[in-house]
Amino acid sequence: MLVAGVDVGSTQTKAVIMDRDQEILGHGLCPTGARLDEAGQTAFTLALDEAGVTESDIDYVVGTGYGRFRITFGDVQVTEISCHARGAVHLFPNTHSVLDIGGQDTKAIKVGADGQVIDFNMNDKCAAGTGRFLGAASEALEVPLGELGPLALGSKNPVKMTTTCTVFAESEILGWLAKGRRVEDVVLGVHVAIASRSVTLLRRVGVEPEVTFTGGVTRNSAMVELVSEQVGERVNTSEESHYCGAIGAAIFAWDRVLAGHPSERRTSV
Amino acid sequence: MSLTAGIDLGSSFTKVVIADGAGEILGMARRPTGFHFAAAAQKALDEAMADAGVERGDIGYIASTGFGRYTAEIHDLAITELTCHAFATHRWLPEVRTVLDAGAQTVKALRMDEVGRVVAFRLNDKCAAGAGAFLQKTVKYLGYHETDIAPLSAAAVNPVTVSSVCTVFAESEIINHLADDQSVENVCAGAVIALTGRAAQLVKRVKAEPPFALTGGLSSVDLLRDRLGELLGSPFATPPDELGAYAGAYGASLLAHQRLQKRTELSPVPA
Repeated sequence: MLVAGVDVGSTQTKAVIMDRDQEILGHGLCPTGARLDEAGQTAFTLALDEAGVTESDIDYVVGTGYGRFRITFGDVQVTEISCHARGAVHLFPNTHSVLDIGGQDTKAIKVGADGQVIDFNMNDKCAAGTGRFLGAASEALEVPLGELGPLALGSKNPVKMTTTCTVFAESEILGWLAKGRRVEDVVLGVHVAIASRSVTLLRRVGVEPEVTFTGGVTRNSAMVELVSEQVGERVNTSEESHYCGAIGAAIFAWDRVLAGHPSERRTSV
Repeated sequence: MSLTAGIDLGSSFTKVVIADGAGEILGMARRPTGFHFAAAAQKALDEAMADAGVERGDIGYIASTGFGRYTAEIHDLAITELTCHAFATHRWLPEVRTVLDAGAQTVKALRMDEVGRVVAFRLNDKCAAGAGAFLQKTVKYLGYHETDIAPLSAAAVNPVTVSSVCTVFAESEIINHLADDQSVENVCAGAVIALTGRAAQLVKRVKAEPPFALTGGLSSVDLLRDRLGELLGSPFATPPDELGAYAGAYGASLLAHQRLQKRTELSPVPA
């Protein structure tokens, strides 16, 4: 018996295939783009391929993320807040706080022992302090997203970003370069701004160790360092952190299967 | 030496006006500010002098304004843009008591007295949602240029509702509207209307008193002007000859004349 979790995020879609022992057998990742339903299917197929199984082997699929209602092949949808909480506790059982920095939103979640959500806070009005702020820096500086973290770690003297707005930050970044500041210093300044904004969000729900950091931005080594620094302790991350929402969704799928919910999914052949 | 220049270093464009002692505009220039403020100021001044057919020696006083006003190396005096917009509007439209200056990065509402002195003001400069940058980004997403904002929004038949506050989030919403076969005109007008709502809030917060005027780079957007008037219950006037974008620079040139006169009175030219 196998289940799948599919997380259709604002920027990227993630999928995992999970077995009865809650081991992850396959991962899928693709850009979300404008066709949310297609992105869900693509990530799901990639995960099936990695696991070496077919769609008919999957007993239950839970969708999450902002595009979760557009997944045509899922059985049920669960909010990404619940999935990240559940996924984080699965990856790091001593988790009490979760910080999820995604492409367009950042969420801070206080979780109970079983991964239930006690409280949460998120930015839903403004892109400041989200992965998108890094995206803006990447565009303005013409540095690929994946190279920003290592570049930031090469600076010891970050610029002080004064703008909150992601749109205005693009101008500020170019302004710093025009003043002769090194690219590394500007990039580190951008990272510091995001880390400080997201940790402020986390403080609003209360920082209770252990803190687990999830979402696509966990792949950025400089952000992991800076968030740890601002939280005041080492935050948990792993290779799987990027897939945390999908992992949480897969665990919810197991809940449903074990509770005897039959799949209502129509398997496409 | 009887002429003055006003240089308005805005976040998006640098504007220069050269005026005589009577406040007549002799030359103007407008160019993108970029990131080298001092160079932008110098180039725009050179262009305005060429437009007026005058030389540097003809200009007795230079006042700068706008967010980059301290970086223009050539200025004699730096003045806030609120003072300049109030002063210019008072000269053009003496009855006006409330001005909305709608620029790319900052939108400012100010209330002034009967001689053009600023009494109260509010500004939005923290978030692109309430500023011209929201429209600049929107037309960019739509594949158009910022000069198209006014004609596109004017041609809309049935403007869409843009509900996202954040300019970044609005991008997804705009893509969805286009995917739903909404016209570019309707989407552009929807963005203008969203901005109008935020700008009207700013005007209300200065305890606005009519008559109203709209200045700044966005004063050429008729839909913005008309909607503001509808929302606030009294029409918005715009400066004559579509000079709204030059209000800051013109105000600076007028204030430069006051300084020049004082200087001349203090040290009269020997007979």
